[in-house]
Amino acid sequence: MVAEYDGFEPVIGLEVHAQLQTNSKIFCGCRVQYGAEPNSLTCPVCLGLPGALPVLNKKAVEYAMRMILAIGGSVRNESVFARKNYFYPDLPKGYQISQFDKPVGEGGAIEFTLDDHRKSVGLIRIHLEEDAGKSLHPESGEPYTQVDLNRCGTPLIEIVSHPDIRSPREAYAYLVKLKQTLQYLDVCTGDMEKGHLRCDANVSVRPIGSETFGTRTELKNLNSFKHVEKALEYEINRQINLIKSGGAVEQTTLLWNEKSQTAEMMRSKEESHDYRYFPEPDLVTLQVDNDWIARVRADLPELAEARATRFVSQYGIREYDAAVLTDTRSLADYFESVMSEFDDGQAAANWIGTELLAAVKDAGVEIGDYHVKPNHIADLLKRVKSGQISGKIAKDVFAEMVVSGDAPASIIKKKGLEQISDNSVLEPIIERLLDANPDNVAKYRSGKTNVFGFFVGQVMKETRGQANPTMVNELLKKKLDG
Amino acid sequence: MSDYRTLSAAEIADRTRKGEISAVEITGRALALASTVGSELNAFITLCEGKALKQAEAIDAMSPEQKSRLPLAGVPVALKDNISYTDYPMTCGSHILDGYIPPYDATVVTRLIASGAVIIGKTNMDEFAMGSSNENSYFGPVKNPVDPERAPGGSSGGSAAAVAAGIVPLAFGSETGGSVRQPAAFCGVLGLKPTYGALSRYGLTAFASSTDQISPFARTAEDLVLIYQATAGRDERDSTSVAFDHPNYTADLALSRSLTIGLPKEYRGEGLDPEVAAALDHTRKRLEELGHRCVDISLPLTDKAIPTYYVIASAEASANLARFDGVRYGLRESRDRSLEEMYSDTRASGFGPEVKRRIMLGTYALSAGYYDAYYIKAAQVRELMRREFEESFKHIDLILSPTAPTPAFRLGEKVSDPLAMYLSDVYTAPASLAGVPAISLPLARSTSGLPIGIQFIAKHFDERTLFRIAATLLNNK
Repeated sequence: MVAEYDGFEPVIGLEVHAQLQTNSKIFCGCRVQYGAEPNSLTCPVCLGLPGALPVLNKKAVEYAMRMILAIGGSVRNESVFARKNYFYPDLPKGYQISQFDKPVGEGGAIEFTLDDHRKSVGLIRIHLEEDAGKSLHPESGEPYTQVDLNRCGTPLIEIVSHPDIRSPREAYAYLVKLKQTLQYLDVCTGDMEKGHLRCDANVSVRPIGSETFGTRTELKNLNSFKHVEKALEYEINRQINLIKSGGAVEQTTLLWNEKSQTAEMMRSKEESHDYRYFPEPDLVTLQVDNDWIARVRADLPELAEARATRFVSQYGIREYDAAVLTDTRSLADYFESVMSEFDDGQAAANWIGTELLAAVKDAGVEIGDYHVKPNHIADLLKRVKSGQISGKIAKDVFAEMVVSGDAPASIIKKKGLEQISDNSVLEPIIERLLDANPDNVAKYRSGKTNVFGFFVGQVMKETRGQANPTMVNELLKKKLDG
Repeated sequence: MSDYRTLSAAEIADRTRKGEISAVEITGRALALASTVGSELNAFITLCEGKALKQAEAIDAMSPEQKSRLPLAGVPVALKDNISYTDYPMTCGSHILDGYIPPYDATVVTRLIASGAVIIGKTNMDEFAMGSSNENSYFGPVKNPVDPERAPGGSSGGSAAAVAAGIVPLAFGSETGGSVRQPAAFCGVLGLKPTYGALSRYGLTAFASSTDQISPFARTAEDLVLIYQATAGRDERDSTSVAFDHPNYTADLALSRSLTIGLPKEYRGEGLDPEVAAALDHTRKRLEELGHRCVDISLPLTDKAIPTYYVIASAEASANLARFDGVRYGLRESRDRSLEEMYSDTRASGFGPEVKRRIMLGTYALSAGYYDAYYIKAAQVRELMRREFEESFKHIDLILSPTAPTPAFRLGEKVSDPLAMYLSDVYTAPASLAGVPAISLPLARSTSGLPIGIQFIAKHFDERTLFRIAATLLNNK
């Protein structure tokens, strides 16, 4: 990592806005819904009409508390909302209700493993605020802008990290972990395409070993984790080249342009906004007592890493599989649902990690919404384990389950796919086979035992794969050796 | 019913409930007066004739049993034009709200209508409630019914004039630093600024959210109680409204004990008109004759009230008025120009000079590098003032003071001197900053016949003592 930047070390801090998945907005009763008819989900409060007043949605506070407590931060007993003043057509009041010097949460850290190294990125704060609306600029360049205020008042938390991140890859890993945590907590969908998660980055560089920070720039318009990584890479190299050629970095805000793969100057320090924060007089101090904190803490779900560790010890599966299966909460839930009716963890992990995930991916849905339910998978796996069907047949049955959604039992029955484990059926087949292939029998008996596979294959062919392979092996051995 | 102009709200409601008078007839009287006397005074911006008559008809159609549940049955009420009332324009005395019709009712409006009141019209006011003379209205100044050459006070001048002229027995204004008490004093009626949080602000166009309070005018103590009783109390839509014990004030308006009343020496400072001072002394004497104890007290922070108030109120106003930007409703200038030009041209032509002055003042006070010196300092002084009141009320029941330093001044007398205008709030701003309730009572007249208002201030949520002192002094003249 040292060589990567020619004696320089990047210093990165991220500001992530996460939309809380509450049913209603943060300061009024309007529904939160993506993609509704423009301006249909509005009321006097979120439209900022004269005289309308905000009333805090307790659910939004609780969601923020979940995240704060889950990452080891502390919830303030008293926090204060503040007005952030600026003019923009999609900001109906001319100010955004946010938090300033007394945010609801402080401290905590996001921890993750990257290249076998454990990394902890500290958080400065997590605060609550309302979202603004959306400005829609016609692509054809017509001289107007349309404003959709449905998003106004959607609850957000802003998660501000310390400048603890040292590379674009770490930034990426941080975001992945952050998103996973939000999703596990059921507080944010993490959908970047819908703007449910948004990220701004602050970045500076300094000679390795230096204790002081360089001048930073802020990167905006980062619409995916990949963009964050690429934009940081670009900006780090730009700053280093600038310094090496005798220049100095200026404190600016830059907009990432995905098309040109460059960052463009948005505003200089002199042009930066003075947001004139002051305490929001329409809201009272947000009081959160220790009982409330304790209740939220008690309700926190098990997070991914803890769950993976438990999976390894409880179900005896490999660490790699545990990590795959705990990637999302719904996948881990699915696995545990299967395991509530099945007892071979590794077999379930193998099946879910390969066959099932591939099918879910093909279907383009979320696993929690997938039509093949865990009890059917458990049933299928049990039939493989008991020898009723072979692993190969199980794949065919599963393919049919994907198409029809039927239970394995009815598919097996309908298609006559039960495994043949009956000696009285298998023995005559094997005897006929040996009679028809005296040459190969002779070969085997003269020590060329590799022809054994030929006999197995023939039995399976004859039985269309339904013969119980263990029994076929045993019977063949008995006949050939005997 | 030639005596409509002297009928109290209590009498109107009583006779309406008994079926002796019809709400439609009373409403017709009020509307007729509003369009004649009201026009001469320029007290109304909009008359709500259509809905008023419908409300009145609905009341007349009620059974006696239904009517008996309406404490304000058929009582005509006027609303300051910064209170949301559906179907009619709301202007806030400004050009910038051109064409705006609120799509929702303020909580006090809902409660008034549920109590049987009839909304007659929307009254003239200083633009966005910024002013002490009603001369800052886009719709022109209101004249004082006592003397049309004089200011009715502000910013709720239209509501004060409408009540004083007998057009309506009750009206709502709004207070931020004295905007009801001062016009009440100038026009010779009662004006109550309730405890901050006692009446919902939902639907009141914000000027300074932390001191704004919808506040009623009346001609009698009983009427003031009626409207307060019908509209005060916690509202889920206003996070700063407070759930408090809301007794039946009407039942017991007599003072049952001797009160201790403090007279702060700081409230008779420089600029106090000798006739106002004499009225104050006279009130003190009367109170003592009635068996109350009057004591001299000191509230040393009083002279900090005006600068503190103007920093905090202007800071909040600078944010509250940001929404008037030409984007969603109201005036829009330079619609074919850039966004920045549209913003600045709309606000330049939509706002009057006093509003611009306060937006500039407030923006400055909140700016980086000045915030600590102005806003934070003012907030600290405000907290000290609140404690100063709290401390005083450990020893006394009420504070007695003039409402304003002078009786009504002439229209035009102070328009060119904003500082002199600001000083007419010197006795009212402290209670606003502290959030305590205060009342202005028409207890005297000058030798030239101008009303003089006397103010009582009580501790938080002790409106009851204010009502009792009002009834005691006004009903035993």
